[in-house]
Amino acid sequence: MQKVILKRLLQLIPTLLVVITFTFAATRLIPGDPVAAMLGEQYDATKVDALREELGLNDPIPVQFGHYLVDILHGDFGDSYYFNTSAMNMIKARLPNTLMLSVTSLCIAILVGVFFGVISARRQSSILDYALTVISLFGVSAPVFWVAIMMVLLFSVNLGWLPSFGMVTIAQGGFVEFLRHIALPCACLAVIPMGTFMRITRSSMIDSLGSDSVRALRARGVSEKSIVWKHALKNALPPILTVVGMQFAGCFAGAVLTENIFSWPGMGTMISSAIDNRDYSLIQATVLVVALAFVIINLITDILYMVINPKVAIDAENGGM
Amino acid sequence: MEEKVLNGSISKEAQAAMIRKERTANNAWHKFCRNKSAVVGLIIISLMILMGVLAPVLSPHDPNQINVLQTYLPPFSEGHILGTDDLGRDLLSRLLYGARMSIVVAIGATVLGGVVGILLGLISGYAGGVVDAVIMRIMDGMFAFPFILLSILLVTILGSGVFNVILAIGIGNVPRFARVVRSKVMVTKNEEFCNAERILGASSLRIMFSHILPNTVSEVVVYATLCVGSAIISEASLSFLGLGILIPTPSWGNILRGGRGCLTTAPHIATISGLLIFIAVIGFNLVGDGIRDVMDPKMKK
Amino acid sequence: MDELILEVNNLKTYFFLASGVAKAVDGVSFQLHKGETLGVVGESGSGKSVMSKCVIRLLEKVGRIVEGEIKFEGRDVLSFSEKELMAYRGQDVSMIFQDPMTSLDPVFRVGDQMMENLRIHRGLDKAEARKVAIEALRSVGIPNPEARFEAYPFELSGGMCQRVIIAMALCCNAKVIVADEPTTALDVTVQAQVLRLLKNLQKETGMALMLITHNLGVVWDMCDRVMVMYAGKIVEMASVKDLYGSPMHPYTWGLLDSMPSLSTERKTALKTIAGTPPDLRLTGKCCNFYNRCPYAQTICTECVPELKELAPGHLVACHRQNGVERLEREEGSDRG
Repeated sequence: MQKVILKRLLQLIPTLLVVITFTFAATRLIPGDPVAAMLGEQYDATKVDALREELGLNDPIPVQFGHYLVDILHGDFGDSYYFNTSAMNMIKARLPNTLMLSVTSLCIAILVGVFFGVISARRQSSILDYALTVISLFGVSAPVFWVAIMMVLLFSVNLGWLPSFGMVTIAQGGFVEFLRHIALPCACLAVIPMGTFMRITRSSMIDSLGSDSVRALRARGVSEKSIVWKHALKNALPPILTVVGMQFAGCFAGAVLTENIFSWPGMGTMISSAIDNRDYSLIQATVLVVALAFVIINLITDILYMVINPKVAIDAENGGM
Repeated sequence: MEEKVLNGSISKEAQAAMIRKERTANNAWHKFCRNKSAVVGLIIISLMILMGVLAPVLSPHDPNQINVLQTYLPPFSEGHILGTDDLGRDLLSRLLYGARMSIVVAIGATVLGGVVGILLGLISGYAGGVVDAVIMRIMDGMFAFPFILLSILLVTILGSGVFNVILAIGIGNVPRFARVVRSKVMVTKNEEFCNAERILGASSLRIMFSHILPNTVSEVVVYATLCVGSAIISEASLSFLGLGILIPTPSWGNILRGGRGCLTTAPHIATISGLLIFIAVIGFNLVGDGIRDVMDPKMKK
Repeated sequence: MDELILEVNNLKTYFFLASGVAKAVDGVSFQLHKGETLGVVGESGSGKSVMSKCVIRLLEKVGRIVEGEIKFEGRDVLSFSEKELMAYRGQDVSMIFQDPMTSLDPVFRVGDQMMENLRIHRGLDKAEARKVAIEALRSVGIPNPEARFEAYPFELSGGMCQRVIIAMALCCNAKVIVADEPTTALDVTVQAQVLRLLKNLQKETGMALMLITHNLGVVWDMCDRVMVMYAGKIVEMASVKDLYGSPMHPYTWGLLDSMPSLSTERKTALKTIAGTPPDLRLTGKCCNFYNRCPYAQTICTECVPELKELAPGHLVACHRQNGVERLEREEGSDRG
């Protein structure tokens, strides 16, 4: 198993390099003059050269790439023109909020999705199953930003039940206010993952319930309830767990699109503002940070999976990737 | 023992007829049509394509015609069945042309990503070794970016507009196609290679292509269908963020963006445009599921 | 005459497919007595597995028992409630499947599964159940039962898994064991051990055994009575002695002839029954065997032969044998 882990770690380096190179190429390929964009209103021909020299834009490309790499290793991902501070500062300020939203949504999606997926599988081909299947289909097909707008329209504008903007921490306004403000964004982000979990749980459970071991358990007189929730579910877990990792990335993407609608002060709103203001530097810095983070998180998940289930490591050694 | 030809209900003819009947009942098209939801999905997709193709014919007005006297008309108004937007443009016409945009972008991006991805997958799987390693590392790198962020990054480099959006989404699709094809190639390579060794080396390439491609087709087709659906959402997302298709060219995404700004005064704009995106994606998902069930009921996502 | 413990009358189980109705079991009747071993023989598709599953009402969704009666100790099994059915399964009637590795839940330990069983059927608490379970493992000949108790199924061999299943049936005091090809998936030496184990347990506890197999040698060793099934129907039923000594149905002749014995000449081709079993969607209108039977006549294509007692305790379903002139079996290799 150590061999496989080492192999994965070694594979990490070229992947990281690809990601960094890709983003570096992006920074140098933007149409227009970055310096002009930076100076903005204070554009002055004399200052251009000085700034260029300072930013190292006159150096040959490989040298620039070298500087870029070194900066990254120091945690310097560039600056935001619009917010006038380093990209890292912005990210550090906004990330926790997005994480809180994503993680909560994901947890809700897992609990609700898996539960209804099991019910759906158990009552396969019944009316309840068809209804739940339709709901899960709607879940995975719904454009998350449209759902957000519709929710705001329904719950805030028309019904006035829930606030539609801002975030309130428990410290600021108490638990109830916190819940009221996080409810809509959470519900919204949870829609697609919930649909996905319902579908994958249903299909995995159907396989599990049709397996020989479940048949043997039935032949021994084990109760249906025990078969479904204890035996079949445990057997059905592996594919579901695989999906959890993928959905986390999906939740993040959803956050990018919907935070703005809810004025939730997270990475999503930051990126939206950056796009609106053509703050390319911040966009690229954020994308790079997120990509690097995901590569490392995926690696850690893979390794953890191998530790929990040594059989996976053995398969990986033989399969080769 | 004499050979008597006896006719009864289990005669040879009857058994052959039963097998024939089973074969036709189980061929791909019949199986697909038995799946009601898949047929519904097919109808949805066909309607959407019709909308897009016939947009110039079906639109009651010019989608870009501004009329400042008739802004924010609600649905069922005189002359504007679905109402108008913030500049008095007819919503129905804009949505029809938006359908055209969505189809063009979604299919274009899928075809682009598919062709490049399949080629890379074939090369990577067949060649193996260093070529495989290099290509796969690049694909891994691309996989690291969440799809939406990758698209955003690419659009910032390439700029907005139809072709660039197709390019951006298409490039994002390449890694997945490549990976699917590559793993199929590797599996088939190991199976067929032993047989191929006995046959002349020169024809092993042909064997690969005549065995691998048919095997890969089913998974690729399912994935491609789902890909078109997801491309519709990607294009809508990019346009919604203000990056993809820019106003005044109508796209469901940027209509939704516009609608968001006037949510209280004209909720129909956001509601209807988003609903169309929703229904379209449902259609593609239903068909994708249907094809998957037909090709191989055991195929997992 | 021993007490009747299981009775099946005119059981019909059909599978409702998109392309037609497959008559997997088409009018099967038999009786099982206490302490008796009944063998069920037939090719794949003869309906023997489906019938055995019907006894504990364990059918796939497309299958349905459309007619017939199953009585256990006089009680009507087909009208059992959910609760009665769950008490019946695994306790009154235990089933042993062909693949022992998949008969246990792979994600739970062997001991936990045995204790679960004991808790359900005998209401024992954890400590009691553990004791009983380990004793049962010991009595089926598993060495070091305490260690095996803590093991996961994938850590045990096929033979040992099968013993665990038998142990589970044992400690729930099963009155009938239905074994569907219990040794087909095992090595030959292990086969003999498992079969001997079943035989010994039967002697000790007086339970009845229904043994489904396609192996005629096993039937000879283990069974008191045999029934031969073909295409969903019983074609011959008799005591083992009578079946092997004086078989009467042409299909049975074919089966017995196809078994190579030690006296078969080395270079002779193995005898087979020409043709293949019929499509179960087409059967039931005439003798299902006529297109493979060397003695078939017109009447065989027209009506269904009934199962008639042509000798004491010996039932046969054949138009020719039932008629005026009895058929004589050709000289072939006999199982002594």
